[in-house]
Amino acid sequence: MPFLSRTCERPKWDNKIQYLLTCIGFAVGLGNVWRFPYLCQIYGGGAFLIPYLIALVFEGLPLLYLELAIGQRLRMGSIGVWNSISPYLGGVGMASMVVSFLVGMFYNTILAWVLWYFFHSFQNPLPWRSCPVFNLTGKSVEECELSSPVNYFWYRETLNITPNIETSGSLQWWLVICLATAWCIVYVCFIRGIETIGKAAYITATFPYLVLTIFLVRALTLPGAMTGLKYLFTPQWEILKNPRVWLDAATQIFFSLSLAFGGLIAFSKVNCLIQDAIIVGCINSATSIYASIPIFAILGFKANSNYEDCLNNNILSLTNAFNMGDQNITIENYETWLTYLNTSDPTKVANLHLKVCDLQTFLDQSASGTGLAFIVFTEAVIKMPGSQVWSVLFFIMLFTLGLSSMFGNLEGVLTPLLDLKLVPTCIPKEIFTGFMCLVYFIFSFIFALGSGNYWLEIFNSYVGSVPLLVIAFFEITAVSYVYGINRFSDDIEWMTGRRPNIFWQANWRVISPLMLLVVLLAYVVIQAMQELTYSAWNPNYVDFPMYEVLPYPGWVCAICVLLSTVPCILIPLVALYRFVHFLKKRVERLRAPSFYENEGYVSDM
Amino acid sequence: MFPRLHFAVCFTAVLGPTLVHTLCPDTADGYKVRLSIKTALGDDAYKWDESEMFLFRATLAFAMRKYNQKPYEVSDVLVCNETQRVSFWFVVTDPENTSELISGKDVERAVRISRNRINNAFLLTDETLEFLNIPPTLAVPAESGTPPWLIVFGVVIGVVGVGIIALLISSFIQKRRKKGVTEGEEEDCEEEACDKGNGVSHPVEEGADGVNRGFVGDIPFTKL
Repeated sequence: MPFLSRTCERPKWDNKIQYLLTCIGFAVGLGNVWRFPYLCQIYGGGAFLIPYLIALVFEGLPLLYLELAIGQRLRMGSIGVWNSISPYLGGVGMASMVVSFLVGMFYNTILAWVLWYFFHSFQNPLPWRSCPVFNLTGKSVEECELSSPVNYFWYRETLNITPNIETSGSLQWWLVICLATAWCIVYVCFIRGIETIGKAAYITATFPYLVLTIFLVRALTLPGAMTGLKYLFTPQWEILKNPRVWLDAATQIFFSLSLAFGGLIAFSKVNCLIQDAIIVGCINSATSIYASIPIFAILGFKANSNYEDCLNNNILSLTNAFNMGDQNITIENYETWLTYLNTSDPTKVANLHLKVCDLQTFLDQSASGTGLAFIVFTEAVIKMPGSQVWSVLFFIMLFTLGLSSMFGNLEGVLTPLLDLKLVPTCIPKEIFTGFMCLVYFIFSFIFALGSGNYWLEIFNSYVGSVPLLVIAFFEITAVSYVYGINRFSDDIEWMTGRRPNIFWQANWRVISPLMLLVVLLAYVVIQAMQELTYSAWNPNYVDFPMYEVLPYPGWVCAICVLLSTVPCILIPLVALYRFVHFLKKRVERLRAPSFYENEGYVSDM
Repeated sequence: MFPRLHFAVCFTAVLGPTLVHTLCPDTADGYKVRLSIKTALGDDAYKWDESEMFLFRATLAFAMRKYNQKPYEVSDVLVCNETQRVSFWFVVTDPENTSELISGKDVERAVRISRNRINNAFLLTDETLEFLNIPPTLAVPAESGTPPWLIVFGVVIGVVGVGIIALLISSFIQKRRKKGVTEGEEEDCEEEACDKGNGVSHPVEEGADGVNRGFVGDIPFTKL
């Protein structure tokens, strides 16, 4: 019967594996491998997992189920869906579109970085294996000596980063051409259509797991890996008091499941994933945690080797100053020797200016921020035999993961624009898409400046956080209280044959909106009182290679606030606009009532 | 206790003229050498004794000979201030006039030329056999004309560019072909009353019995 095609039928047995692979391919993206470990590391590892899992269960899964169901039921793009629930909520769709646009700008910059590393993987030896050396003097660059070749390659040769955000530096031409390549590839794949890419998704769905497992095995065999893993899994309970952790946990769930971006609703128009929403959500989170295990193992290894280098430097200074036998002082007996020498000749020891070597500081400091995945995996790659092959494989994997997310992003911007009829129909879709990619490309020049990485972190923290939560809050309240939970449950029963149980009902009605509201309010209140800071890479800093913590200047703070509020402002603005329109119509009708006007057909627009 | 030991070591280590007290260490023309044998060789480390010192002096004499072809002897290399570390100072005297020292610059150049041979004689490297104030000489790294990454970039952007042009042309051709067919389709749409709800045009889903399936979705909600 034709009308049954609207319900979500489970596929037959032989298609089951293909179907599951499509779900998995959809669930895993760059957010799992790049963003989750970087957030995890900022919040000191283990402590982040608790708010993350809580956010998954009480905010992520309910919202995922909701978006999939509403998209499948109403069969419209993100703007149409909210308009049809209530005209006053049309702003939610527009806010999603603006957020998709802003995220797309910086997201493709990450792909440009991936391409840059990919291009450099075809050299022997890999350029991040050792420090570049000046020809005649035989000395290597000081910045590289003090940090590490891998860090130097990332901060200096890739980003050419400036010491602070005020210094913009110049446009790095190599990043511009990588950005151009990335946008061209996105454009080609987008106009070709997702259908042909869909077949390749069966390989691209399992490929990341294979590569991650290989890296996991290698990482666990490195010395110091266990230190890193302990760091990941031991919670620091004090972190939980900071509302920023809860905010970032919720936004990570939203980011990685592509919730509140509008793309999911459009996706659900065509594909029916409602029954497997839970599986998709859980696979996504499990993959994030699985991807962070090798990253933290390698972080542990890096911290451990930095710590040993620090100690060895101190030992060398002591051995040379006191002319003692070589290897008399070792890492094991360093402490005893230090105390002995300090008591016998404290001035000589003081003159050596020995560094304090603390493993915990190295764990916190060895790599962090948006470059974490790049630094850590390139470090791992140089320790493997056949480094070039692993490097190429890894960066292809990252690129394909990011590419599929970029499609969702572009869809999230293009479809609403087409729905809003802002595109003149004479322009063919390909030309318009090309024009959009060009606009995106020009805007992303910001991230190709010397201070580009600092701007990317701002975009990542302020666009990919508060607006998503606000949109999510309005989505849940719109469906629960404007559309009606009972009506929604009936829809789901009709589509899947089962009514959603008490867990979903409780979440949609009370728990999720309440949690979102509490987290948002707590965050706004506490952030308003604090100074906003960031970590800068400054070779002239006294404690280099530690990051220098600087406050954001006033104008940058203003931009941060703007980025967070502009998407959210659209919601009340559109409601206001509709209300004014409604009032105008009311006034007109009162002035000149027409007997021939049939009010039964007043359009909802 | 310690200074006396140094003195004794100097005496026994230098077999030669008694000018050792005044010439060595001459910080202008002398260099300090530092060896880290255990760091370099671990368990295979050899013990530093008089024979090893003899080898050092002989190697240095060899390096000087290689440098300016004068007939240097082992006795021309004077060593003093030996410590447990193992570190010591050395100076080189002129073979023709043993009260004259070879200048520091010449010694430095000689060492740099034969550095590799000196290192290998002791199974050590530039870091573990240090001549303080003599920088190590490194092999000049091979420089290629175009950086390899630009080549890869060129290949990728070429393929992508060709892809874009090919796709645009093929979709343009497809559109041209479709235009002939769609003109007929649009007339069909007007006859059957297309559902134009919400600005999106769907052709109406018709079953075999001619029932308009566009309203099927509302069936559960229509209560009598």
